[in-house]
Amino acid sequence: MTETSASAAPIQRPDLSGARLKRRYAAEARFRLYGLIAVFAAIGTLVLLLTSIISNGYTAFAQHHIALEVTFDEAEIDPTGEREYNVLRRANYQGIARASLRGSFPDVTERRAKRALVGLMSGSADQTLRDIVLANPDVIGTTQTVWVKASDDLDSFMKGHISRDVPESDRRIKDRDIGWIDQLIADERIESQFNTTFFTAGDSREPEQAGIWGATVGSFLMLFVTLVLSFPIGVLSAIYLEEFAPKNRWTDLIEVNINNLAAVPSIVFGLLGLAVFLNFFGLPRSAPLVGGMVLALMTLPTIIIAARAALKAVPPSIREAALGVGASKLQAVTHHVLPLAMPGILTGTILGAAQALGETAPLLMIGMVAFIVDIPGGFTDSATALPVQIYLWADSPERAFVEKTSAAIMVLLAFLVVMNAVAVLLRKRFERRW
Amino acid sequence: MIKHSIAVAAIAGLALSATAANARDQIRIVGSSTVFPFSTAVAEQFGKTTDFKTPVVESTGSGGGMKLFCSGVGVGHPDITNASRRIKSSEFEKCTKAGITITEVKIGYDGIVLANSKASNALSLTKKQIFQALAKKVPVNGELVDNPYKMWNEIDPSLPAKKIEVLGPPPTSGTRDAFVELAMEGGAKTFESLAAMRKSDKKAFTAVAHGIREDGAYVEAGENDNLIIQKLEANPNAVGIFGFSFLDQNADKIQGSTVDGAVPTFENIASGDYGVSRSLFFYVKKEHVGVVPGIAEFVSEFTNEGTWGDDGYLLDKGLIPLPAADRKAMRASSTGMAPLSM
Repeated sequence: MTETSASAAPIQRPDLSGARLKRRYAAEARFRLYGLIAVFAAIGTLVLLLTSIISNGYTAFAQHHIALEVTFDEAEIDPTGEREYNVLRRANYQGIARASLRGSFPDVTERRAKRALVGLMSGSADQTLRDIVLANPDVIGTTQTVWVKASDDLDSFMKGHISRDVPESDRRIKDRDIGWIDQLIADERIESQFNTTFFTAGDSREPEQAGIWGATVGSFLMLFVTLVLSFPIGVLSAIYLEEFAPKNRWTDLIEVNINNLAAVPSIVFGLLGLAVFLNFFGLPRSAPLVGGMVLALMTLPTIIIAARAALKAVPPSIREAALGVGASKLQAVTHHVLPLAMPGILTGTILGAAQALGETAPLLMIGMVAFIVDIPGGFTDSATALPVQIYLWADSPERAFVEKTSAAIMVLLAFLVVMNAVAVLLRKRFERRW
Repeated sequence: MIKHSIAVAAIAGLALSATAANARDQIRIVGSSTVFPFSTAVAEQFGKTTDFKTPVVESTGSGGGMKLFCSGVGVGHPDITNASRRIKSSEFEKCTKAGITITEVKIGYDGIVLANSKASNALSLTKKQIFQALAKKVPVNGELVDNPYKMWNEIDPSLPAKKIEVLGPPPTSGTRDAFVELAMEGGAKTFESLAAMRKSDKKAFTAVAHGIREDGAYVEAGENDNLIIQKLEANPNAVGIFGFSFLDQNADKIQGSTVDGAVPTFENIASGDYGVSRSLFFYVKKEHVGVVPGIAEFVSEFTNEGTWGDDGYLLDKGLIPLPAADRKAMRASSTGMAPLSM
């Protein structure tokens, strides 16, 4: 019976017919095509995202200014003539700036029209004048040409974000304003300058005065705390777990928990921060210290996992050789294994830090999503962070914040690109492969 | 490794010093996202024109702000909370229990508008129609049924033959609370059966009047009003619900619907002709006045004519001011830190 069944089984022969071969080639060609489509779809989306951000945001790096012929009247600024700092600081520069702009349009007399006219100028004109006087009190008594910032509406108009063609009732720049603007343009008194304020100022409710420096400082203070906490703790845990800990149920349990922590939504860490750091320890709200501590909790699992992988990649022969020539276990680790694993650990740390830099959700709970004008000077000052600043601007009604939002995104992306590039560079330069 | 342990010690020391430092020299404000644009503008001006630090303003929503505000007295708790509705009696009790004396400041009005893209025609609605379009249950032939209306013209032939598609705030938002109370409840009252129900069973009436449909005609579009405006631009058939200041800033893209014959304009909201408008408030913790520097001065700055008056800078931010007499009375009571009683 066995013989017959064996002979009855058909002999498998390769099907070498042209049709099947063709089908197989076609399947392969299709598969490649799908892959290519997937890659192009991904690149296309990225390009779309970047172009929309850049086309929306590049205009934010320029700001229109208006030239004023300012008479620094001594009677107005420093009636005593003693050039005392507090007197100079408190003079009515707003009035001087307004009088100067009104002086260029002597035929504007009606009250509302006068208000609209000075509205073309930013509310920060007084600061500009004050800074000039404080830096050099000798200007008092002279007449100078001073470039002050234009208001956000005028700036948007000049940049083409507000069109002349829509009906007057529907735009914030009225026909009367356009008449004044045209006159200023004809006199060459409107100029687009590089927007340094954007990089040096804190937040503001006036788009033309708003900057990202406050948020940037906040972000980096926070990142510093995050790294100072999470890097040593993370690396030490990784070394212990990888090199010293016995392999038993407890260490397995710890390992599973660390892996789970890496997947916990970040808002949970924010809630933890609120409950523990703010409510229990009574640390200040909105402080980069607390933000950094919360983000450190969030990045810890990432760093531990990356560090363990890097330590694991060091071949056992290195350890054995070190132990063989009489090194202690600690010496073998600190002198040989750790230095070899460092590039991998640093790469993981930088990627973790980049993730922390882009995080907003946990900061919401600890009060860092807030309007903060002053640049933070320390770890316990109130501060906000770059992604939070983006969120706040995206939510502001003023139209000119649209371009600021995109510009802030560009700055954040630039930081992330630099950090990732450093990670790639470290890996390329120092990583050893066995 | 030694370097690291020094750093850890430094951080620990920093944390300790922070807990030890109890004094706070910066005003902390929490609360409504609707009042946020006004509160921040005043905070910034206050920081610029005085020697005090610029107050920190957090946008937590009216309810969230009250919770933080009423949690206690002491520098760990905020000094001022903003609200786009009046404080509730339950919140007032909580505050009183925590030993807090509150001063109430009414700062002005905010209109809630229904707007659509300029690419289509402006809508002319009544509160009744708004209720019919958005309620979960509506009376049809005297009986309460699940909302059957899919198209605007099914409600009233004068409305366009377009699908009902409304983008509005989620339940956590104060704008939603106010909209439901003013527009929806106002519309519900116009039905005789519901008006009768309001007298006999207030709870059941509130459930009907405040219930927004969940079958996809009303889309919760999140707290970001700019996002709603972008969506309206992309979809001319949709209608959005948001605060007046966003309509004011985007008048070239969107138009407000008339409600009961009144166009949502600055004048109509200020005069009360436009029916869907609410009062905005902030509440000051009296115990903190003099402890945290600048609170009295901040209140004075906020209630200054140059700030909230007919020519004040808050007008540019979209605030609709109180009548002049009310402003005067409010300034007197708030700078005197008159305690609120309920």
